[in-house]
Amino acid sequence: MSSYNDFVIRFANVNGSGSASANGMFAKALFRMGIPVASRNIFPSNIQGLPTWFEVRVSEQEYFGRRSKVDIMVAMNAETFEQDVAALRPGGYLLFDSTKGRDPRLAREDIVPVGVPISRLILSEFTDPKQRQLFKNIVYLGVLTSLLNIDFSVITSMVSTQYKGKDELIQPNIHALEMGRSYAQNYLDCPLPIQVRHSERLGDRIFVDGNEAAALGAIYGGATVCAWYPITPSTSMAEAYEQHAGKLRVDPETSERKFAIIQAEDELAALGIVIGAGWNGARAFTATSGPGISLMTEFLGLAYFAEIPAVLFDIQRAGPSTGMPTRTQQADLLAAAYASHGDTKHPLLFPASPRECFDFAASAFDFSDRLQTPIIVMSDLDLGMNEITSEAFTWDDNRKYDRGKVLNSEDLDNMEVFGRYLDVDGDGIGYRTLPGTHPSKGSFFTRGTSRDEYATYTEDPDAYSKNMDRLLSKWETAKSLLPAAEIKSEGRRAGIIYYGTTSTPMSECLAMLDEQGIELDTMRIRAFPFGPEVVEFIDNHEIVFMVEQNRDAQMKMLMTNELDVLPSSIQSILYYGGMSISADFIVDEILSYYQANNIPRIKVLST
Amino acid sequence: MTFVAKPKVHHPLLQFNEIGLTRRDYEGAVSTLCAGCGHDSVSAAVAIACNELAIPPHRFAKISGIGCSSKTPSYFLGASHGFNSVHGRMPSVATGANLANHELHCIGVSGDGDSASIGVGQFAHIVRRKVNMLYIVDNNGTYGLTKGQFSATNDRGSTSKKGVPNLYSPIDLVSMALQIGASFVARSFSGDKQQLVPLIKAAIMHKGFAFIDVISPCVMFNNHNGSTKSYQYVREHTASMVDAQLVMPHEQIEIEYAPGTLKEVDMPDGSVLRLRKISETYDPHDRVGALNHVQRAQEQGDVITGLLYVDPIASDIHEVLETPSTPLNQFGEAELCPGSEALTTVNAGFR
Repeated sequence: MSSYNDFVIRFANVNGSGSASANGMFAKALFRMGIPVASRNIFPSNIQGLPTWFEVRVSEQEYFGRRSKVDIMVAMNAETFEQDVAALRPGGYLLFDSTKGRDPRLAREDIVPVGVPISRLILSEFTDPKQRQLFKNIVYLGVLTSLLNIDFSVITSMVSTQYKGKDELIQPNIHALEMGRSYAQNYLDCPLPIQVRHSERLGDRIFVDGNEAAALGAIYGGATVCAWYPITPSTSMAEAYEQHAGKLRVDPETSERKFAIIQAEDELAALGIVIGAGWNGARAFTATSGPGISLMTEFLGLAYFAEIPAVLFDIQRAGPSTGMPTRTQQADLLAAAYASHGDTKHPLLFPASPRECFDFAASAFDFSDRLQTPIIVMSDLDLGMNEITSEAFTWDDNRKYDRGKVLNSEDLDNMEVFGRYLDVDGDGIGYRTLPGTHPSKGSFFTRGTSRDEYATYTEDPDAYSKNMDRLLSKWETAKSLLPAAEIKSEGRRAGIIYYGTTSTPMSECLAMLDEQGIELDTMRIRAFPFGPEVVEFIDNHEIVFMVEQNRDAQMKMLMTNELDVLPSSIQSILYYGGMSISADFIVDEILSYYQANNIPRIKVLST
Repeated sequence: MTFVAKPKVHHPLLQFNEIGLTRRDYEGAVSTLCAGCGHDSVSAAVAIACNELAIPPHRFAKISGIGCSSKTPSYFLGASHGFNSVHGRMPSVATGANLANHELHCIGVSGDGDSASIGVGQFAHIVRRKVNMLYIVDNNGTYGLTKGQFSATNDRGSTSKKGVPNLYSPIDLVSMALQIGASFVARSFSGDKQQLVPLIKAAIMHKGFAFIDVISPCVMFNNHNGSTKSYQYVREHTASMVDAQLVMPHEQIEIEYAPGTLKEVDMPDGSVLRLRKISETYDPHDRVGALNHVQRAQEQGDVITGLLYVDPIASDIHEVLETPSTPLNQFGEAELCPGSEALTTVNAGFR
């Protein structure tokens, strides 16, 4: 029996061999056939010569999480043959280069070998050494179009688009595709029982990664200054901002660019530039990762205490220290939430999809201006760097930016008294003025040292404490401003909490648990500090699981630290191996918990 | 401790500048630095220079790092916003402030600890970035606030107040600025108002990165016989290369110096910087020559002061980035948000 639009394929390549573009084309072609897909690039911290994998999950049910075993393996890297063959599920398909026969390391009884003499085909048709290397990838792409029944015209039109302007490259690429395709048609059983077909499921959805989405969100949210320092996996966000702003923010008549981007000398300077710009009234952001956050902590304390808007994107990777720079984790929560010395804390946002990266990026500037404090958007490598099927971006043209409490010259003229840090409205947020606003009113000195309500330096204990208390009152205001947790509750006994990319495998995970007779209410955390709904959800469930991708249960720590919640009331499910968390892993952990504690399930299993 | 606002009483003899303000309008709060601190003279010189330039005081943005020098923006231009940021990081904050609004005159004040030690990286990179600003280092060769440790600008062999000699080579910020490409580099002495005020004026009017290293003795920790940054040492060892006078575009040019000893430098705004040459061979347009002069003098224990280098056709970061003439902080959603129609095209690109 054939199955449609439901498999995981993994390409095992050597990095720097040009496989990325061929593999990306594969994923995009399926998306263009209307099929929901998610891609994952599993790459080394290296330029050339080390193993790299690209995984595509094709799922009509829209299960986009990683799966530990794959259905099809394209084994193009001899160095990793053993582990690649082992990654196949029993009955899975192994596509390999059979020019020199089948390498003994590729032997396994319970899989289906699909040999194609890729090198031989290439050698007979191409003479240029570079083409011989690159077109190996294109040949296996051609083979896959036959094996999986991929619409060939979709691929050829993609090649034509990709090499538009370099027409001399189109024909050889299409020739290589056809070579693979016709070899498969002539010598292999095509298509495989696992295959694809056109689907209508996608609607107007898009195929995009979180970093590009966040960059666009920053543009739509009015960010005019970006300062950054290259660090994987955040770099592509700054680059995408520059690229898109270069189109969307350039005056067609004057060629003036309504944005400024600076590649700073380090992360300290990057945040310094953002803070200087924020102080002077421009919306500014930086994109970084854990090591950058570490370097930015002093400045974060300044921005917290001096109350300056700033937006940071932490595209998290596996730490500590340099850790695994090309692997994913959610392990910067504590570092970000309490970054800097003294009593300091910062609001965090947790986007779970590219669409939410866009939305949260745009809103972060409103939150930051309103709260006059840094906002840190906590993305990660999995979300930031991998293209996945996402809701399309939308924008309400009536939407106005919330620039927060900023006084203009007229406001100042109509005021009796201006005190930068006076809590006039009782929400803990003072009114600020921008430099150069008024000839004689509203100027003040911004400082990281203590000051009174009129921004005058003071070491008076009462004035200091009063200011610190006001900052806490502002923290309370943040709770009602930031996105509330997303809760789906049907009064079940057990609930599961997740955030960011642990949300990706959740729909599959819940379906698998349901089959096992376990039903869970769900709560997706979208921001820190937590609103009252968070503690309510925990209190209302006898069993609460929390899924995180870090070793120390950092979100749980935030909750037990900030809320009236006992540590024993939350059962942590922790994965921190650096790959994105899979539904199998979560399900296994939950089943073990149920078994170990003899918890009855809702349904009787029909085994 | 609270700052004391100076009483605003206008002495009848105080002169009004072209926009009807007096010197007092360019002053700040009462200084809390030690009596006799060179830094206070620098603050006073900044206030005088800004008054003479007749720029509205609120159109400046003052930014500093941490240290005695970095406290000084409180003590001048009280009507403008100031930002006392973190140690060694004034350059990045100033960069951001300038990116947001290039119309404000940006004055950054730093010290030798702030710029030559903890912030030496940021110093080097703001020079590269060509931020249009005046960057002043109040250079006293010591860590005053932490009670007299050596700083990185201290000459080898000079001694601390306790007589301990400095064992390490100095970092010369002037040489660094010249080498990295600052378009305006000067050195002066806090006690030499006649030289310092015109230099500050010219630096503020210079479009590009202007750096002034001001030797500013620390009366508490570095004004003794073994110091090379004391009042006495600097007065005895100053070799003034160039005396500067800035003539604004609308002013009458008065020839005060004998022909042949004058060098007039055209500034981008149409003003003329007039330099009196001590050395006939000195050319303030020669970066490499300036570097050579500074280093040679240093070898002999002399402190070269004056305008050492200026590029009269310098450019700034906004030209590089091609930003609009309207400051970035003045745009709203109408100018910045591409809107839903553009988003339709963006979405289509992801299908």
